[in-house]
Amino acid sequence: MKKIMSPSVSRRSFIKTSALAGGGILIGFNLFQACKPEAAPPVDIAQLNFNDFNAFIKIADNGMVTIFSPNPEIGQGVKTSMPMLIAEELDVSWDNVHVVQGALDTKNFTRQVAGGSQSLRQGWEPLRQTGATARQMLINAAAAKWGVDPSTCTTKNGVITNGNGDKLGYGEVVKEAAALEVPDNVVLKDPKDFKIIGTDAGNVDIDKITTGKPLYGMDYKEEGMVYAVVLRPPSFGKELESFDATDAKSISGVQDVIRFGNKVAVLANNTWAAMKGKKALKAVWTSDSELESTEKHDKILTGLLDGKEFTTLRADGDVKKAFAQADQVIERTYESPFLPHNCMEPMNFFADVTADKVRLVGPIQTPARTAQRVAELLERDPQQVSVDMTRMGGGFGRRLYGDFALEAAEISKLAQKPIKVVYSREDDMSAGIYRPSIKYRIKASVKDGNITGYHLKEASVNSNMYGLIPNFFPAGAIENYQVDVANYDSDITTGAWRAPYTNFLSFAEQSFFDEIAEILEVDRIKLRLDLLQKVKGTTDDRIQYSPERLENVIKVAVDKSGWGNAKEGVYQGFSAYYCHNTHVAEVADVVLENDIPVVKKVTCIVDCGIVVNPLGAKNQIEGGVIDGVGHAMYGDFSFKDGAPVDTNFNTYRLIRINETPVVETHFIESDIAPTGLGEPTLPPAGAAVANAIKAAKGIRLYKQPFVKHMKSNAPLG
Amino acid sequence: MPVYNLKINGKPHTVEADQDTPLLWVLRDHLDMVGTKFGCGIGQCGACTVHVDGSATRSCLLQVGNVADMEITTIEGISEDASHPVQQAWKEIDVPQCGYCQAGQIMSATAFLEQNKNPSRSEIRDAMSGNICRCASYNRIEKAVEVAASKLS
Repeated sequence: MKKIMSPSVSRRSFIKTSALAGGGILIGFNLFQACKPEAAPPVDIAQLNFNDFNAFIKIADNGMVTIFSPNPEIGQGVKTSMPMLIAEELDVSWDNVHVVQGALDTKNFTRQVAGGSQSLRQGWEPLRQTGATARQMLINAAAAKWGVDPSTCTTKNGVITNGNGDKLGYGEVVKEAAALEVPDNVVLKDPKDFKIIGTDAGNVDIDKITTGKPLYGMDYKEEGMVYAVVLRPPSFGKELESFDATDAKSISGVQDVIRFGNKVAVLANNTWAAMKGKKALKAVWTSDSELESTEKHDKILTGLLDGKEFTTLRADGDVKKAFAQADQVIERTYESPFLPHNCMEPMNFFADVTADKVRLVGPIQTPARTAQRVAELLERDPQQVSVDMTRMGGGFGRRLYGDFALEAAEISKLAQKPIKVVYSREDDMSAGIYRPSIKYRIKASVKDGNITGYHLKEASVNSNMYGLIPNFFPAGAIENYQVDVANYDSDITTGAWRAPYTNFLSFAEQSFFDEIAEILEVDRIKLRLDLLQKVKGTTDDRIQYSPERLENVIKVAVDKSGWGNAKEGVYQGFSAYYCHNTHVAEVADVVLENDIPVVKKVTCIVDCGIVVNPLGAKNQIEGGVIDGVGHAMYGDFSFKDGAPVDTNFNTYRLIRINETPVVETHFIESDIAPTGLGEPTLPPAGAAVANAIKAAKGIRLYKQPFVKHMKSNAPLG
Repeated sequence: MPVYNLKINGKPHTVEADQDTPLLWVLRDHLDMVGTKFGCGIGQCGACTVHVDGSATRSCLLQVGNVADMEITTIEGISEDASHPVQQAWKEIDVPQCGYCQAGQIMSATAFLEQNKNPSRSEIRDAMSGNICRCASYNRIEKAVEVAASKLS
């Protein structure tokens, strides 16, 4: 055991106990206050109400432990892994822990977000401290009962033992523990003593999932609720002029048709009737500006890259000078389409707006922000708005945006009844908040065999890359380095898509370095490692990645993938990347079947610090890699006349099981605090595949999706 | 509105619905059996897979008027306590991420394993290729079908 807890953090978290009427105790804590070390401590802990806490541990008289998990679960596994951290320090058997999604509303629960692969990273200390604090209180209660010094007591699997060998179960001392002062400082386990962290824990909802129990927003219903299907503008940039609902209203089951803003909701007593009603609406749309298209975006983004109007996000040295003095200058352009999120569970949300309450229920990555926006929209006191979170059938960033919840609230207000908005797949794909179409142009200078200058330009529809990305690799490795961005304001809504920006940037940069190695006729691994050498010992605190950890994953990938020793007919491609605080290297094995490249295997090396739940972690890694391969290969989403060309899976291609490589995962053993895994294995996958296709076919790919550009035979950048 | 007598998971149900209502929505909205999921509505993703007279079928394309008197099995009918070997295999391999598509995956797998007791990896990949998993838990689906096959044999 080592004492690594800061009492001030504990005070802020904080913990309050209460005896339960039915026996046992409840311990509350504010995870998200605890996650922000700069948060101000509560004025008077004794005055705090349980409503100030957003997660709870309940210990019953029989020693059973219930942990209420506060974070939204989108498939990233935090409903399993976050409670594991509490259970570890509480020192109970994981078999005796029951996990429940906290019963949530915005009054009691704040700062609950699933996004950025941050849940475990930020929960690592406070969740363990919470478990450890509860354990210490139970020990103190037992020690008082025995009249011994608490320091002579030990715990194991929910049982306290004193120096004489006397034993008391947690359930036997919970009432006394609830009345005790919360200890100021507690000890956290040494990682070598972990019993739960680092062991495989299955998904806590597994039986409900495999037996089809109601879990998701789509499954949620209440007495008196009606289904709402919404007609939205058919193109970005169109406005609703008028509509005729006569036919829609004649469909049996349709109850009402309501216009709100630029949209029309059809309300019915079942989803099918509402969908039919929507199809029967006759609407007239107008637009006063030119409708957008992928063809137009293509020209605009190229124009931006060719132009002079950029915002510089980082500039080291003098790239212009480096290019002027170079022996050789290499320039390539990389292009991505828009991408829809396509969560398997289409967008949906329940709302019941009444005179004194606004109740929202559904799948949302950002419940607090959404509640606030609904309050503003309806001009209501935020205290009246509650949000209950359901398990989510995927998020991938789409459910960060509460647009569907706002629609639900507005419709419920107008209809004066509880309603649930349900999107069809076509609605989901055509009212998206897409990964924006982006072009990167990268220019590098070479002098005496060294890369002396690196200039990355981004041209993007709508928003540009966010602040920290220009400090990812190769920042710090090349003396003259510059990152410039330019954007085009579009009517098409865009936003975060799994591993925002790096999902495509990684492809561009890791393809570029591979090609430079070919042009310079140097080993492609050595080229990367040599660059990393230059970052070691850097005093530049803007640099986000660790050159040592990136170097390590690269070396292990070389070893584990059989790099350079592939079997006859197997072509390998390499990629390594840092994002979301995690370092990853990937090697793709491609074979040619009827001369078509097929990805057979991806070896993935991950340094995410301590692996909390290896079983769940590997699932995230496998999914992230295959998602990355699938979208790089097939994801093709374009616009014509302001509308998406593809709106369902008959023409929009997602990777399927028969196209899937085997993912072989290796973790770097580590005692460093854990980082997230929902995103960081996706970005390197595209370049690993592209580099392998280059090895197999001699074709260098600059555009995604690969299948389209291999066919067009026009891959040159 | 017409009335239909349906046989679902061995039990009779009477529903009043328009003839063209897909079985999917009858199950979900009329009968409160929400284990069968809506994914695409055009038979492309497999989330809504049920068994009709033992065959894996997309319930989003099947009109209620056409399934009267047929034996319909949904995920709720595989087993209520997750004791079916396919459900057990899904747990053993810890397949789900978000979990939304998994009911459909399990329905496709159970029907497939009835037909092919000892499938090869490539037969599994072909048989399961009608079901999309957006989280891409495909490696585990493949393994779980293999494990389920060994449990069933």
